[in-house]
Amino acid sequence: MMDLFASLSTGTGYWNPLAWLLATVVAAVIVYLIWRRGESGYKKGTIQTTPFISGNPEPDKGMVHIRASNLYWGYLDALKGYYDFIVPAHTGIVNDYVLWYLGVTAALIIVVVVFV
Amino acid sequence: MNGFLMTNAPALLIMLPLIGAFATPFIGRVSPRVRSAWVLLIMTLTTLTALLLASDVFLNGTQIYVFGAANPDLAIPLDSGGIPIRIIFTVDAMSALMQVIGAITGFAVLLYSISADRIHSGLESFYTLFLLMIAGIMGMVSTGDLFNFFVFLEILSISSAGLIAYRIDGGLAVEAALKYFILSTIGAMVILIGIGIYYGEYNALNIAMIASRMQFTLLDQIALVLIIAALAMKCGSVPMHFWTPDAYSMAPSSITAMLVVASQASLYGLFRVVFTLYNVTLNAMTVGWIIIILGVLSMVVGVTMAIPQKNVKRLMAYHAISQTGYMLLGVGVGLAVLGNQPLMESFGYIAMEGGIFHIINHAMYKGLLFLTAGAIFFRIGTYNLNKMGGLGHSMKYTMIFFIIGALAIAGIPPFNGFASKLMIYESVFAFNPVLAVIAMVVSILTLASFVKVFHSIFMGPKLPEYETVQEAPVPMLIGMGVLAAIVILFGLFPQPVVDGLIAPAAHALADQSGYIAAVLGGA
Repeated sequence: MMDLFASLSTGTGYWNPLAWLLATVVAAVIVYLIWRRGESGYKKGTIQTTPFISGNPEPDKGMVHIRASNLYWGYLDALKGYYDFIVPAHTGIVNDYVLWYLGVTAALIIVVVVFV
Repeated sequence: MNGFLMTNAPALLIMLPLIGAFATPFIGRVSPRVRSAWVLLIMTLTTLTALLLASDVFLNGTQIYVFGAANPDLAIPLDSGGIPIRIIFTVDAMSALMQVIGAITGFAVLLYSISADRIHSGLESFYTLFLLMIAGIMGMVSTGDLFNFFVFLEILSISSAGLIAYRIDGGLAVEAALKYFILSTIGAMVILIGIGIYYGEYNALNIAMIASRMQFTLLDQIALVLIIAALAMKCGSVPMHFWTPDAYSMAPSSITAMLVVASQASLYGLFRVVFTLYNVTLNAMTVGWIIIILGVLSMVVGVTMAIPQKNVKRLMAYHAISQTGYMLLGVGVGLAVLGNQPLMESFGYIAMEGGIFHIINHAMYKGLLFLTAGAIFFRIGTYNLNKMGGLGHSMKYTMIFFIIGALAIAGIPPFNGFASKLMIYESVFAFNPVLAVIAMVVSILTLASFVKVFHSIFMGPKLPEYETVQEAPVPMLIGMGVLAAIVILFGLFPQPVVDGLIAPAAHALADQSGYIAAVLGGA
């Protein structure tokens, strides 16, 4: 009979997801207990839940949401050199796709015939 | 009856979707409801056949099926001069695993598609091509004959191209399909040249027969490269991946999920060729490193190209490339130490198991992610992340399924992606620590990318333009739910899956002599 709850053997170590799940549940209970000790005067739908933007009116909902293009600007800027090379390499032209494929095939033939 | 079914299961796996495909245009004339029921029936029967066959193979070992023989396991006719001249399906544990992947994904995708694609016209052709795609996948992973492999590869490519172009989309989908078709055709022709070389040298097309006679001459080396490069291109390996984001993003989402499995069928072909056809006759270290380098390039370029994408499906397509890299890495490490039994026992088999486990895991969570993208498109009509936001308020179940898929692909416990990635990390670390570090960094970048996607689609206030958006229809949720359940179950109980499915598949792949003996009877 296969042991359903057996630990995953990785050759050099073990991993038991159910033990991890148990630990997560314990952590969640602790988080809940801490949360329960928090501010109890919170009231939904009152001024407490509206955003305070230094007295300025709240912008439209569509303006508040940070769109995908505005995320990871720093990462992309830091790797600008890499992206300046890799993005243009994706030309979208099928001739280039075929050339890459044939080029890799030719390179592999050289490697295999020379080194094998 | 049961014996008849089991004996003929390999043939049924092809026959059912083929009959289903060619009957669909006629049955579709009755009514859309009857057509959907017919296609669902065919897919259900195909799935059950695949599961039955897999259970038989995992219990009793490799099963062969000889087409046209008096007895389905009579591989070598008495008057053939010792050559298996008939078409033979050879279903070992690796083939059975791939069949299960194709069948389960196909079944979940079909459930989803019946609801998601019902608003479109031309559905008779759509489902005909869908079932042909299933037949192509099943054939590729079942056949023990190289020419047959080429034929099923072509069936798969042609049906896939038709489905990628299905929505036309101002010509963009047709363009994507054309690119896919051109590359697939060139790749298939190159594979055919490789097969021709084997036929000229060994007077055989049967994999087991060629493997038993393999000399690894200069011609064999050229044939190996021709086939490896073509199949690596077909599975979307960098730097031959360019067709993947185009095709994946323009196909209907249900088809994109199947394209993932189609790519994996090519990956299976690549593994079958290097392990079963060549095995220790080739310089395993050199060819292993070639596969490892293709894997690392795929992981890194795939994930870094995913991050700046604004089209959610294009982004997911780049992640599919990246995840294919993990499979190439794991199995490549296994290949690099093939023939060195102590190293194989130490980490080679675990690396292969990790890579193969990642194939099934990837099919499930990536299929799930593409289906969630499709559900979102179904409701809001765009894949543009810049136009999305706040959908977590109205599409809660879709959001939950997305979270499950996103955490799984990023390798976060306790989902299935973590289990296979952990096996890859630890075994690859024993081979070369730098490779393991790269694999872990790629996982972190994957998580970062999906945090962006999650934020862009689901977080934030409910946007005015999406005030009336509703949850995805129930059949679509069921399709996603099937895949999500497998993602969770494989994550919570990984060892039984490895023991029952993955380890036998990895050992079957590495065991060339066992494969040859199953077909040629130890000849």
